[in-house]
Amino acid sequence: MKALRKYVDSVKPNFQEGGKFSWLRSTFGAFETFLFTPNEVNKGGVHVRDAVDLKRTIIVVVLALIPALLMGMYNTGYQHFRALGQAAEFGDMFLYGFLQVLPMLIVSYVVGLGIEFAVAQMRGHEVNEGFLATGMLIPLIMPADVPLWMVGLATAFAVILAKEVFGGTGMNIWNPALIARAFLFFAYPSKMSGDSVWYGAEKAVDGFSGATALSNANATGATGFDFMDCVYGLIPGSIGETSVIAIAIGAVLMLCTGVASAKTMISVFVGGALTAYLFNIGGATGMGSLCWCEHLVIGGFCFGAVFMATDPVTSPRTECGKYIYGFLIGAMAIIIRVLNPGYPEGMMLAILLMNTFAPLIDSIIVGRNISRRKNRVKQQAK
Amino acid sequence: MSLSKKNKEAFLNPLTINNPVTVQVLGICSALAVTAQLEPALVMGLAVTVIVAVANVVISLLRNTVPNRIRIIVQLVVVATLVTLVSEVLKAFAYDVSVQLSVYVGLIITNCILMGRLEAFAMQNGPFESLLDGIGSGLGYAKILVIVAFFRELLGSGKLLGFNILNYDCIQNAGYQNNGLMLLAPMALIICGCIIWWERAHNKDLQEK
Repeated sequence: MKALRKYVDSVKPNFQEGGKFSWLRSTFGAFETFLFTPNEVNKGGVHVRDAVDLKRTIIVVVLALIPALLMGMYNTGYQHFRALGQAAEFGDMFLYGFLQVLPMLIVSYVVGLGIEFAVAQMRGHEVNEGFLATGMLIPLIMPADVPLWMVGLATAFAVILAKEVFGGTGMNIWNPALIARAFLFFAYPSKMSGDSVWYGAEKAVDGFSGATALSNANATGATGFDFMDCVYGLIPGSIGETSVIAIAIGAVLMLCTGVASAKTMISVFVGGALTAYLFNIGGATGMGSLCWCEHLVIGGFCFGAVFMATDPVTSPRTECGKYIYGFLIGAMAIIIRVLNPGYPEGMMLAILLMNTFAPLIDSIIVGRNISRRKNRVKQQAK
Repeated sequence: MSLSKKNKEAFLNPLTINNPVTVQVLGICSALAVTAQLEPALVMGLAVTVIVAVANVVISLLRNTVPNRIRIIVQLVVVATLVTLVSEVLKAFAYDVSVQLSVYVGLIITNCILMGRLEAFAMQNGPFESLLDGIGSGLGYAKILVIVAFFRELLGSGKLLGFNILNYDCIQNAGYQNNGLMLLAPMALIICGCIIWWERAHNKDLQEK
């Protein structure tokens, strides 16, 4: 350890102002703070600093995603062998999924981090850790058989046009991972439509694809899958979104560490359940006749509620706003699912829509608070 | 023929540092609507160029005789006449394109670039300067339309001017797919944004402090 510290210190002058590689300053800084805790302290004025910095927060999100990732890998293999009609060992299934998912993960990280480093270099900023979570989320919300170049293209599109143009980590209006998915959803609908997901089985069974629970529900009003299978996650769908249990483990971790807001999360589920229930008792047909509890476990509802809606950057800051924001996400997701047959998966569009309105919600709530206090002062003055 | 400095500016500025679409941000709606393919974009750019140039000259000739209070009406009459003429010519000689452009030819009358140039330039300057300014503004608009339409048609449907460029089996089998998002209006806006980004990055005068 000491030798490493010595080495880092010895090459440091090269990367500082006036050094040979001073243009690589932020890259060096990123690796140095990755290896060692920075010992810089604030100068001037009084600052209260929490031990939990951006790095810790992001790492908790990444850890919370691990169960969903592992389950997604297993499920990819499970669906593959089920489609082929072959029996396979647990290890074979997992290995198949692992080899399918790992390249997507690598592409997403390499492309995204490459752009992040390059932009930080150009602007002379520090490299931010925000992409570590985004890079993990991107493959998890895509079907397992999306071509790798599409993953790379979508990642580049999202990082440049949804994040860096707005000023980088913490300044984006929309969730970059969802923008990546939305890009593919509209650009290459045949790969992403949500009606059917390929299991990567096209070599063995030519052109085989299976309907997801959502498209079954869209066509017939029933998911076509066992309810408990939906909970365990043994249904076709995007890699990380299928298993409710794996997502719940992540949710507990994020709630216990305080990284995600329980208010947002719970109100998404309440909004979704209530809207679906209203469709149920209103006698809607097709997707609307689906039991409210089934609506919550199929498609990306859980994943979106736990990992996407709670993104602190794109959700409202006011506590009361989080209830409104979450409730409307849940409600919009079900409304889009039921009323628009073109988009069986409403969660992505609902979250992006509410991301757009999050600043407005904040502004209204802050404004109301101000006027309420003004009124109180007036009352007292009387 | 050598032009005075002012005339040169009147002609060249709209093409570069005072582009009607990317700097003044006018005429965006038609830039989104007609740029899914290159051909209608070219025709639209040409139509707007002709109309702005002629309307500029006419208004410039009338500028001292039109009472100030009814100048907008007069401008509208001139523009409407020209738009109707262009629309009829398109229907007669390029019917397919005119069908593709549908209402957007008629909507040139509401194009902010037109009224902007008439109000801001033709009302104060002579006919020759106004002609140059009109051609420059029209071409500046056409330039952006063509750039946007080039990317949208090439990446969206794999063609250029209707000729097949990318829809060959050898390319498709390699895993390439046409990008459906390019055919939707939001992508035109994003491409416009990227052009603005590029222009501002390369031109210090355009950067806002």
